[in-house]
Amino acid sequence: MKKILAVDDSASMRQMVSFTLKKAGFDVTEAKDGNEALTIAKSNQFDAVISDVNMPGMDGITLIRELRGLPDYKFTPMLMLTTESGMDKKTEGKEAGATGWIVKPFNPEQLLAVMNKVIR
Amino acid sequence: MSIDLSQFFEVFFEESFEGLDIMEAELLALTPGTHDLETINTIFRAAHSIKGGSGTFGFTVVSNFTHVLETLLDQIRDGRRALEQQHIDLLLLSVDCLRDLLSALKAEEVPDEAVANKLKADFESILADGVCGEYAANESEDKPSSTQSSGWAIKFFPFPYLFKTGNEPLYMLHELEALGKLTITADLSHIPEFSKLVPDECHVGWDIELHGNIEKEQIEEIFEWVLDDCDFSLNPIGEVTPSAEVEDTKEESEPSIEPPAQVSEEKKETKPTPTQAAKAPSAVKKGETNSIRVAIDKVDSLINMVGELVITQAMLCQLAEREFDENNVNMLQEGLAQLSHNTRDLQESVMRIRMLPISFVFSRFPRLVRDISQKLNKKVELKLIGEQTELDKTVMEKLSDPMVHLVRNSLDHGLESPEARVAAGKDETGSVTLNAFHQGGNIVIEIIDDGAGLNSEKIRAKAIENHIISENEELSESEVHDLIFRPGFSTADEVSDISGRGVGMDVVRRNIQELNGSIEVNSVAGEGSTFRIRLPLTLAILDGQLVRVADHTYIIPLISIIESLQVDIEKVNNVGGSVEVLRLRDEYIPILRLYQLFKHENAITELEHGLLVVVETDNEKVGLLVDDLLAQQQVVIKSLENNYQRIEGISGATILGDGRVSLIVDIAGLIKLAGLKKPGKQGLSIDSLIQEMA
Amino acid sequence: MTDIATTEEDIKEQSVEYDHEEHELEATGESRQFLTFMMDDEEYGVDILSVQEIRGWEPATVLPNAPDYVKGVINLRGTIVPVVDLRQRFGLDSMEYGAITVVVVVKVSLENNDEKIIGLVVDAISDVYTVKAENMRPAPDITEHANAEFIENLMNVEKNMVVLLNLPRLMEFSQSSAVQATS
Repeated sequence: MKKILAVDDSASMRQMVSFTLKKAGFDVTEAKDGNEALTIAKSNQFDAVISDVNMPGMDGITLIRELRGLPDYKFTPMLMLTTESGMDKKTEGKEAGATGWIVKPFNPEQLLAVMNKVIR
Repeated sequence: MSIDLSQFFEVFFEESFEGLDIMEAELLALTPGTHDLETINTIFRAAHSIKGGSGTFGFTVVSNFTHVLETLLDQIRDGRRALEQQHIDLLLLSVDCLRDLLSALKAEEVPDEAVANKLKADFESILADGVCGEYAANESEDKPSSTQSSGWAIKFFPFPYLFKTGNEPLYMLHELEALGKLTITADLSHIPEFSKLVPDECHVGWDIELHGNIEKEQIEEIFEWVLDDCDFSLNPIGEVTPSAEVEDTKEESEPSIEPPAQVSEEKKETKPTPTQAAKAPSAVKKGETNSIRVAIDKVDSLINMVGELVITQAMLCQLAEREFDENNVNMLQEGLAQLSHNTRDLQESVMRIRMLPISFVFSRFPRLVRDISQKLNKKVELKLIGEQTELDKTVMEKLSDPMVHLVRNSLDHGLESPEARVAAGKDETGSVTLNAFHQGGNIVIEIIDDGAGLNSEKIRAKAIENHIISENEELSESEVHDLIFRPGFSTADEVSDISGRGVGMDVVRRNIQELNGSIEVNSVAGEGSTFRIRLPLTLAILDGQLVRVADHTYIIPLISIIESLQVDIEKVNNVGGSVEVLRLRDEYIPILRLYQLFKHENAITELEHGLLVVVETDNEKVGLLVDDLLAQQQVVIKSLENNYQRIEGISGATILGDGRVSLIVDIAGLIKLAGLKKPGKQGLSIDSLIQEMA
Repeated sequence: MTDIATTEEDIKEQSVEYDHEEHELEATGESRQFLTFMMDDEEYGVDILSVQEIRGWEPATVLPNAPDYVKGVINLRGTIVPVVDLRQRFGLDSMEYGAITVVVVVKVSLENNDEKIIGLVVDAISDVYTVKAENMRPAPDITEHANAEFIENLMNVEKNMVVLLNLPRLMEFSQSSAVQATS
């Protein structure tokens, strides 16, 4: 079973993402901000990471940059959840090592379609 | 796969309301002209989360409105726009507006968008002013018209580092394959000689021909993430087809896509079932859902305790299987002691689940104080102490209104105007402090102001005027201060916009007494007042004094007991032939014979042989005659009304250690039952009786 | 006490068996089941589905100023349940409570969708009847019965007449009378 780390400070979004992915057969671990995610990621291996951008403590872009620097996450797909207005964030995220992005708002079907682009 | 998003609504609303509280608190902390990045970031994040969630869960009214708000915040955050007072005011109004919108949506009502639209226009006029042409551009972003072709030639040559972005070219090719017929030629010309090969780099490129009626965007979407990480070109093969021919091709290709179309139809047919099933629980959810969020450590400690309980239970079971002898008795006693220890811990932990920090109530005061002090032209500093003090959720909900009233009162009547303060040699900024702490099994909340204090002369005069006390009645300073809690003290002619609203301090006291609590005031003229509220930590449990009347056991709430004493018959007078009154120090205490009120036989009827429990409620003292005092213990309150009906003089029931039911005495009800209070008439007949004697 | 315990259990077992039967019958809508008990040589019945349990009499906690037929409240596994003496409620002479005095605990749905649980003190449990619809003939002279207000129906079972109780009506207690303190 593929393991995914889902990071979002909003409980409802986190639950929605996690629920959708679990229903699609993924093994999902949740984290509520970058710091928590980094700690979890260091002691586990994930097949993909999906993270919100705006979070207290460590934001999503910093998280992706930190993770990409780790040997275990060199090639791991990492997606960020962003809003339509944030084109500059997409570029910033890509520079930090993000694989791609999902634009909010999205529905469960869209989420799965995007996940399908990076892990199968 | 269909996922019913409504299952996440409750969490979404909960966190959105929390987010709004955070926004409000942080906005109040902002000062115009400054650039407090951290605070603005926090506000931005809260707004951003609400926008993201509302968009995802289909609450477009909210997400549209939050969008303008976020745009402004974003500009302030980036330093593109200086923070002005009008921004803060507008954002605060937006918080209120969002709260209304979300409340309406939560209650499954149609939200009123009038306020939102007005505020949105305000935001837009700010945004249109200066800095931001980008904003308008954002909105009117034109979608490029789609181009179609019978096929596409794609050149896709990733840069060597592509794998390190986490992208997988193979998956992209798979996705292309799903769109139409592919012809792929791998370009291996860039593969370096073996000695120079870096295994985690990509050296292969592809020339791809994709055949079929496919939109350009569909292809671009696949490569969207890697456009900057590869050589990429996309060109139509052959002529661009005019729209008429598009239809032709569609018709032609129809037979080939028929099987999948059937599949999707089947899917449609089966779909209603899960949707209907999903709808049922959401209907149940309608209206007020009562849930609480519990910190994980509380749940963990519960689990630990249940674990211990299981161990104790196993140990007792083992004992039961053995032959019974003296040694076992010791072990049995030990086991039982352990069991009672476990039970008590468990009870406490379960109670803790309902406990929330009082910051839930405190957090609304910065805004309230800001608004009121602006209205009154007073300068006020609000201090919050002990925000993490926990109390029962139900108690908290009922505490809010009395506290708002008290704080309004402190601002309106307590604190002086800046001029008056300076004249009195004080700092022109007054202070109001909310302080919460635990004391014994109670929570104490103090509302402290450094204002003018209560004016004893005025209170006294007014009490006489309103016939609450008689002209020659002698009262101590604190007794005079206590008069403000009497029904009928505050009168209509001094209802002000701020603290008036026709509610008096008597209502505050009654509300707090309904929670089995008490309130008192300490005041020093010229230095300020302290209102002290004392409440039990929970409504479900009560500290009780068990008393015996004949062979019945009753429970008197410990919080209302002042003292218990043996009656000195010499000091008892019979007033008007109907009420016995005990002279206790400077007071006259009416005696209520419980056995008489409850019609119990075989009780002690001679005053000097029984015990008198002096209790206080609603600022009235009465003595309850009982046969004997028994133990004091915490009791769990159970309702009598669930299966029976209300009983005058009884507030509820509980189950004692031996499994028997015992009734909890309601003192206010007893006074009514005894006929000491004439319904519909303000003031107390006790007072008039005492006046008769004086 | 042991006697009662066995009786109790017997009845419970019985009712479990009957429950199965009940479901089958209910589906066809042909008949209902009633638990009946005796009072003053008259047989009264309640719908067996409303019966929660049957227990022996135990002293209840007296409720101050309650009507005399309300014997008090008992602890039914953590729930406070009032106990009513059905004899007194019907204006019959009360009997001394003894080892065979039985409390039938019933749950009643009220009009406002509320449910209340109440214990009824009766002389003794009589029987469980399955009554087919065609045998449930409402007697024409209900109003002439002394306690007409508590009667939902009269029915003939075999050769006996059973008074079917109107439970919601029994749940209405007269307000406790306020007393004035006089000394």
